[in-house]
Amino acid sequence: MSRLTGKFAELAKAGRKALIPFITAGDPNPDFTLPMMHAMVAAGVDIIELGVPFSDPMADGPVIQRASERALAHKMSLRKVLALVGEFRKTDQQTPVVLMGYVNPIEAMGYENFANAAQQADVDGVLTVDLPPDEAEECVALLKARGIDPIFLLAPNSIDERIKMMDAAGSGYLYYVSLKGVTGAGHLNTADVETKLKQIRGNTKLPVAIGFGVKDAETAKTVANLGDGVVVGSALISKIEAHQDDLATAQQQIVELLAAMRQAMDS
Amino acid sequence: MTEKYNMPDTRGHFGPYGGIFVAETLMPPIQELNAAYQRYMVDPEFIAELDADLKYYVGRPSPLYHAERWSRELGGAQIYLKREDLNHTGAHKINNTIGQALLAKRMGKTRIIAETGAGQHGVATATIAARLGLECVIYMGAVDVVRQSLNVYRMKLLGATVVAVESGSKTLKDALNEALRDWVTNVDNTFYIIGTVAGPHPYPAMVRDFQAIIGREAKQQCIEQAGRLPDALVACVGGGSNAIGLFYPFIDDASVAMVGVEAAGDGVETGRHSAPLCAGRPGVLHGNRTYLMEDDDGEIIETHSISAGLDYPGVGPEHAWLKDTGRAQYVNITDNEALEGFYALTRMEGIIPALESSHAMAYTMKLAPTMSKDKIIIVNLSGRGDKDMQTMAQREGIML
Ligand SMILES: Cc1ncc(COP(=O)(O)O)c(C=O)c1O
Repeated sequence: MSRLTGKFAELAKAGRKALIPFITAGDPNPDFTLPMMHAMVAAGVDIIELGVPFSDPMADGPVIQRASERALAHKMSLRKVLALVGEFRKTDQQTPVVLMGYVNPIEAMGYENFANAAQQADVDGVLTVDLPPDEAEECVALLKARGIDPIFLLAPNSIDERIKMMDAAGSGYLYYVSLKGVTGAGHLNTADVETKLKQIRGNTKLPVAIGFGVKDAETAKTVANLGDGVVVGSALISKIEAHQDDLATAQQQIVELLAAMRQAMDS
Repeated sequence: MTEKYNMPDTRGHFGPYGGIFVAETLMPPIQELNAAYQRYMVDPEFIAELDADLKYYVGRPSPLYHAERWSRELGGAQIYLKREDLNHTGAHKINNTIGQALLAKRMGKTRIIAETGAGQHGVATATIAARLGLECVIYMGAVDVVRQSLNVYRMKLLGATVVAVESGSKTLKDALNEALRDWVTNVDNTFYIIGTVAGPHPYPAMVRDFQAIIGREAKQQCIEQAGRLPDALVACVGGGSNAIGLFYPFIDDASVAMVGVEAAGDGVETGRHSAPLCAGRPGVLHGNRTYLMEDDDGEIIETHSISAGLDYPGVGPEHAWLKDTGRAQYVNITDNEALEGFYALTRMEGIIPALESSHAMAYTMKLAPTMSKDKIIIVNLSGRGDKDMQTMAQREGIML
């Protein structure tokens, strides 16, 4: 059983929902990320999504775009993100780590080289925003053969047929993007998400994490009640952006926000 | 070629290139668009409306002009110019824009967005939007907003909102990113008119089909005027829409050589260029797999060209396929060479070409003298130089 599948099974048994923070690796500099990952685990998160910076983050709003730019200014790269996960694993063999990014850095490395390197670094899942299952056959096979879960996105306008496709291609969990738009945008409509989740559940047994529009403890609690996990990204990265000159404060505020979300979700 | 050329496949693949590499939210509108495109491209009523617009609104057919003086001066092949510069709004872009706008109307979309580099596609889109009474938002890199300010003014006059994109390199690729973000956010009422043969399927095939009128006309005109097919076709390649528009109807005519001209900027060897086919490698950007300019880590690198319309790190996937199969060749022309082409056509034929098209002119100046006088080259004069007057005057130290 993969670490991700195990984690969701364990949470389900305990009647809890997964708290999944997203940060961009190397933002605002490469030294910040590793201690931040450990601090997030200490704050009670279940899974870490680590953004691989890309020069053209087409599905991201301004907050994550700028995070990518800061990381790239420090020459962060897919290879370095993989090395970072390897470092993390030296002291944490429990927390699943999912890489999230765009397909071109993986294409540049080569699918097979990447799959091997991800296995070696002990990566648990790979979410590639612009690699839908229609184009992902080769990559999915290589990842699955190495026990790595390919994670796919679902959108508010995904029809049954698409959800079934994700169910077949994906493993670990599915990521429901709760609104039409880029990361960091707008407010999510609870009733809409609830309706959509019913449709999704009718087409897959995989756990469903919900992201986009989760800002604070209150939204985290609301969303947690609808799915199996909550992804929070831009709200964390905004703290990094606001405190670039005082990263201890950035880390502290992220930890506090996650701890508050954890508490709200578990209460 | 023995078998008739029939690309792409139903999933939009040109061999390993093309495809649909987009975020999931864009899958439904892309499928909806593909269905509409498949349906209307064979719908007699749609075709009749498009043809009428191309004739009465755009001014087609555009002439095929024998540049006799220039041909004589160069001392080789006979040069024929396909005069896309004479189209309404001054470039080939409008052939495609009209087609997509008519599709948008049939699909019930009320809002149109587009990216633009040189501003020609933006102007063409704003023009059609004005005519059809559709809301129009144009994304343009902040750098391009400055160097193509005349076109920015034209778009605003036409009632479009022009958004200066400040992210990344602030040029065409970033405008495309921003347009895609808009589309993801407003998928229900918005039609994204992509200006070149890039983007996810069906855009590369659809834009090609709308631009193929260039080659169909040129073929017929060449036979009428010269009694035979041309020996070579030359066109500049940014995303590749004017080039594929000229090439496509000739692909099965094996005797016709096809040459795409990329922008070499300061020179391909300097790294400061926009020539992915000549000096890049395959990767995935903006919804398709194609040749890209990228670093070892797969990050897209900044491009350089004197012409905003060629300043793009990718290229249409069909060109990637034509390159790999050897059916077309791709060469490159530096900024300085393009300027020579610009002045040559202006002084020799009294036609001021766009800086993009000047790259094709410059390569023709190299190619024609290597061919005998009974050979024929058709060069795509994709647009006129009006929009570049500011840039050219500035280079000459003149304040307008
Ligand atoms: C006159 C002209 N020619 C060529 C191009 C390049 O585009 P494409 O390669 O798609 O024809 C542009 C783009 O703005 C243009 O304005």
